[in-house]
Amino acid sequence: MTPQLLIFLILAAIAVAGAVNVILQRHPIHSAISLIIVMMALAGLFLLLESEFIAAVQIIVYAGAIMVLFVFVIMLLNAGVEERTNMSRMARYAGVPLAIFLLIELAYQVGAATLSMTPQPAADNMTRGLSMLLFQDFVFPFELTSVLILIAILGALVLAQRREGVPAKGGPEKIN
Amino acid sequence: MNESLARSILVVSLIKVVVLLFLVLTAVAYLVWFERKVAAHIQGRWGPYRVGPHGLLQPLADGVKFLMKEDTTPAGVDRFVYFAAPLITMTLAISAIAMVPFGPRSVRIFGVTTPLVVANINVGLLAIFAITSIGVYGVALAGWSSNSKYSLLGSLRSSAQMVSYELSLTLSVVGILLLAGTFNLSELITQQAGYTRGFLPRWNLFNPTFPQILGFFCYFVAAIAETNRAPFDLAEAESELVAGYHTEYSSFKFAMFFLGEYASMITVACLASILFLGGWLSPFPQTPGMDWARYIPPAVLAITGIALIIGGLRYTNLFGRIVLPVLGLILFGLSFLCSQPGVIEAVQGPFWFLVKVVFVLFVYVWVRWTLPRFRYDQLMRFGWKVLFPLALLNVVLTSLAVVIRK
Repeated sequence: MTPQLLIFLILAAIAVAGAVNVILQRHPIHSAISLIIVMMALAGLFLLLESEFIAAVQIIVYAGAIMVLFVFVIMLLNAGVEERTNMSRMARYAGVPLAIFLLIELAYQVGAATLSMTPQPAADNMTRGLSMLLFQDFVFPFELTSVLILIAILGALVLAQRREGVPAKGGPEKIN
Repeated sequence: MNESLARSILVVSLIKVVVLLFLVLTAVAYLVWFERKVAAHIQGRWGPYRVGPHGLLQPLADGVKFLMKEDTTPAGVDRFVYFAAPLITMTLAISAIAMVPFGPRSVRIFGVTTPLVVANINVGLLAIFAITSIGVYGVALAGWSSNSKYSLLGSLRSSAQMVSYELSLTLSVVGILLLAGTFNLSELITQQAGYTRGFLPRWNLFNPTFPQILGFFCYFVAAIAETNRAPFDLAEAESELVAGYHTEYSSFKFAMFFLGEYASMITVACLASILFLGGWLSPFPQTPGMDWARYIPPAVLAITGIALIIGGLRYTNLFGRIVLPVLGLILFGLSFLCSQPGVIEAVQGPFWFLVKVVFVLFVYVWVRWTLPRFRYDQLMRFGWKVLFPLALLNVVLTSLAVVIRK
């Protein structure tokens, strides 16, 4: 067993165990911490593929920004331990078989795709290649996505204001 | 890569990690002493003076005190998170320093040549930002798990603050990345070599394409906020929140937060000197007329040694009379060693790096004991409405300058 394979197996095990733990934990904060661990394990996997840039960005964006927001909101709302309800009939008879089917399908497709692939040597300067793709070849879809996200943020702001009884006229006037 | 080479790299890295860990922990301990001394002198006091000459053994005494104190765990805490939070803070703060290069040359010890950095990776800068960006969990989780309103308020404030200022921190560095085109910290430093008009160093602060003065300002302010220090220490504002997120921590768990804060201070100062102040590069041009500049490191050591010997002789107690002169003699010996032909080149890099880091740390401490604390809404307004646009402006201006002049 090569060291790479060993590290891969360890990281993969951590990622899967963390992901399962996200659902099993009953307190939102514990679930969030498990999710952070999954993100870190994924960053490690990217590092194993010699894409340092993606690994660092994975941590900065997902573990460092998005999950901080999750934890922040959970703390702010002071969310308590969630209650367990037994599975509804719908979930038991339709959901479980569908989930198993999806799992098999994904495993089959990913397995087939990776078996037919030949390993590519890592590019010498990953960061440069990536930025070329993002800011030259796919600059239009990339910018379009940012506009989409911006619209979503503005929409959330408008909705939040309307609920407080403030008429949402020309956009947000006062945000505290 | 063959097996034995890989193994020797592993062993060397392990040794470097241990040495660095030792150095960082010592540096952190004496940074606390330094801060207390500077603060005291700013306020016309003496600062620590009793434990050892000039209070030099105070960090040791503090460490023993932290270890011996009773470690209480308040009722109703979330145990796992409560114990994990200080560990997260300290581990992350210390591990960020692994990416910092301390000198240009490879050092040859016992037949092994190795550069003066633990992890010289291509995305060193991003890796440091990644580590500092998850550092917020230590503070956030500590406050949440403590089951105390002061802790929770402190950590809520702090997470919001760290997320807000992280944006400005990262943006303030983008200008430098545009100029240099690399994330590697060693390369970032070597690109700053050279002098404009023969005397002004081409550090990024005085970059001929576009001086990063605005970027440096944004970086410095955001870095203070990011490390939760005054005037941005809203997370532990003692006049409102007792001690903020670490109110419920005692003994060594508190010491871990303490160590973490000072270790991240060192990281941020190292990064400031690498990114803006030319890292290990000497501020003096290497022209024949400036040859004497090479002798500054041994001279500084020698002067400190003599001062310690003379200062020690003034002491009446045995301890001061022995410890200080012995320290002075050691420094004097080191200065003699450093003036030898082979060694004098090797010490230049680390010496200038250290000088810059200490200077940045001094300004840090100076700011802390000079400015009053911000109010929370002022802090947020400043972060989003002043600092963030300024950092963005710096990015725009720098990219314009790069396009026009290169």
